[in-house]
Amino acid sequence: MTLLAYAVYFAVLVGLAWALAAWMARVYTRTLPAPLLRVEGALLQLCGAAPDRSMGWTAYALAVLAFNAVGFLLLYAILRAQGALALNPDGIGGMAPDLAFNTAVSFVTNTNWQAYSGEAQLSYLSQMAGLTVQNFVSAGTGMAVAVAVIRGFVAAKGSALGNFWVDLTRSVLWVLLPISIILALFLAWQGVPQTLQGAVTATGVEGQEQIIARGPAAAQIAIKQLGTNGGGFFGVNSAHPFENPTIASNLAQSLAILLIPVAFCFLFGRMAGDRRQGRAIFAAMAVMFLAGLAVIHAYEVTGNPAIGIGANMEGKEQRFGAMLSSLWAASTTAASNGSVNAMHDSFMPLSGLVMLINMAVGEVIFGGVGAGFYGILLYVVLAVFLAGLMVGRTPEYLGRKIEGREVTLAVLAFLSMPLGILVGGAIAATVPAALASVQDSGPHGLSEILYAYSSATGNNGSAFGGWGAALPWQTTALGIVMLLGRYAIIVPLLAIAGSMVRKPQAPVTSGTFPTHGPLFVILLILTVVILGALTFFPVLALGPIAEETARLAGQSF
Amino acid sequence: MLTHLRPAISLTVLFTLLTGVAYPLAMTGIAQLAFPAAANGSLIERDGTVIGSALIAQPFAGAAWLHPRPSASDWNAAGTGASNLGPTSAALIVAVAERRATWEAENGAAAPIDAVTMSGSGLDPDISPATALAQADRIAAARGADPAAIRALIEGAVQGRTLGLYGEPSVNVLLTNIALDEAFPMAPAGN
Repeated sequence: MTLLAYAVYFAVLVGLAWALAAWMARVYTRTLPAPLLRVEGALLQLCGAAPDRSMGWTAYALAVLAFNAVGFLLLYAILRAQGALALNPDGIGGMAPDLAFNTAVSFVTNTNWQAYSGEAQLSYLSQMAGLTVQNFVSAGTGMAVAVAVIRGFVAAKGSALGNFWVDLTRSVLWVLLPISIILALFLAWQGVPQTLQGAVTATGVEGQEQIIARGPAAAQIAIKQLGTNGGGFFGVNSAHPFENPTIASNLAQSLAILLIPVAFCFLFGRMAGDRRQGRAIFAAMAVMFLAGLAVIHAYEVTGNPAIGIGANMEGKEQRFGAMLSSLWAASTTAASNGSVNAMHDSFMPLSGLVMLINMAVGEVIFGGVGAGFYGILLYVVLAVFLAGLMVGRTPEYLGRKIEGREVTLAVLAFLSMPLGILVGGAIAATVPAALASVQDSGPHGLSEILYAYSSATGNNGSAFGGWGAALPWQTTALGIVMLLGRYAIIVPLLAIAGSMVRKPQAPVTSGTFPTHGPLFVILLILTVVILGALTFFPVLALGPIAEETARLAGQSF
Repeated sequence: MLTHLRPAISLTVLFTLLTGVAYPLAMTGIAQLAFPAAANGSLIERDGTVIGSALIAQPFAGAAWLHPRPSASDWNAAGTGASNLGPTSAALIVAVAERRATWEAENGAAAPIDAVTMSGSGLDPDISPATALAQADRIAAARGADPAAIRALIEGAVQGRTLGLYGEPSVNVLLTNIALDEAFPMAPAGN
């Protein structure tokens, strides 16, 4: 029964992603219907974006940085000033500088880490004109960069990478917005509030008063899932009955989390003119995803004997139970989404281990929209390089040689993960000003720190909720590692793309290592496991693994 | 960098108007026209006053009512929260044991796991059918009703799995309590 439920779910997911990839291929190659092209052309002209001008990798990277810098400044200003601005029926004041910095960075980098509680600290204007906008454009930025990087690998020698403004606008107008509209209306129908009225005061059946926060939530939740943003309208995210009222709303949101990341695999195959290439990467991601899901599912269904018989229901909603909570936990950490429908802090230790690995390998198991795909290309470069070393030939990918420059850049980009997680985490584990954030004692406390820094560096945004994210140390340090995890990967990858596109495409010969077969899939998985997971193994042994052994010995903390 | 500044600013303004103003307002307009009850928070009114939301748990303490799952945020629907305690937390293990003792003393039955653990939202509107049925005798005694009739009403209120595959069967506490009150009014209120 459970297997059937999962099988149907994944069949629907892959089917939808396959269809979406066909549409996205038209979107990014300018074979859209003429009226749509005229609309986007007019808008881009109006914005002075010169849509016909192609960009090399440096111009593309500078455009990304300029756009994100403007977005950051605007969002920071809105958050600071929200108390004096419109659409604030609950009279919420301006945000403190460090929290506004953290929040603005978080939403611009597609992390959507929340050190605040939405219903208590954000006006409706901040939610709509501030956060919802970045939900769209940070996702659009990731998609644009991924498309540019793909072009670098597949386009004819000497081509440019495309035009950032065009790619961004297309991602938002023709992919994110239409699907968000459908999803938002579906969610509102299921019971997610979409109203500009403020909180309502109810007099309960037994006479007690209850203030019920509401707001224009459905519109934001749709793009929060679709854009792998994950920042909730309410503090407890998609565990809140208003964010995720029914099992149907839960399934729709779950599918939306993985939809675009899966579609990117198939889009890659189409753009490369060899769909097997996309399917191979999809297969590697799917194997890693399902392995992690199986672990989480098994532990959560079995539950925690220390608190009673039955599934581990601490931090979970009754209607979702262990299965839908496990599916969500695996999806949201693999896909760099970061929304939750159950509290990750209360998951079993090895479920937490899987979630940590999903994030720490760099969010490449499907990963964030666009970000997951350009992230896995980094591992592809390294995998092909390793294969080349083993057989003693110059490594090639899609007919292009992978040389010293690309490998150096890939390693440089890869290093941002251990830098953010291990260095950032180590400082947070030693400085007294940061240690106050830790809630649980024992190894679980270390897991809380690791989770926060993995989530921020991987631009995921989910949290072990008991951990105090609002301390000024953490808002600042996590803001910095979020920037590192975003731009110290985007810039080197665009540089790799710029370097690849200058190389000639050699024809396939009998000596070419095929990158579409099972051997390559296994090699890619091993590269992710060896490079990604083993980098973090020592510290994971001190956190979740130590906690599990202590638990089995009947110890509590 | 400077050549990128004009498109960066113009597109930020454009997307703010499109996705930050037009999109949420259009969704609000359509949702308010098409399904106003759902879009306004699934509120339940009785005699002109709002008594709660069908989706949001509220506290019930009296013996005549189904009780919801324990809440880490004391059923605060304007500032939600979970316990967030880890699986090896001594505080969690002690708290659950205490809740179990209280629950079992109240209901004279073994407590299912959902009855003694806190949900992620602190506002879980549902309990498992087992947790609901285990409260039937207590409710029947308090209302002077037939336990079998109470049990039948609860069984009728069970929402099953979606498509027969997804989610867990559950009983909405507030809606079932309202139904209980209509079917088995208590002596003072129901004459």
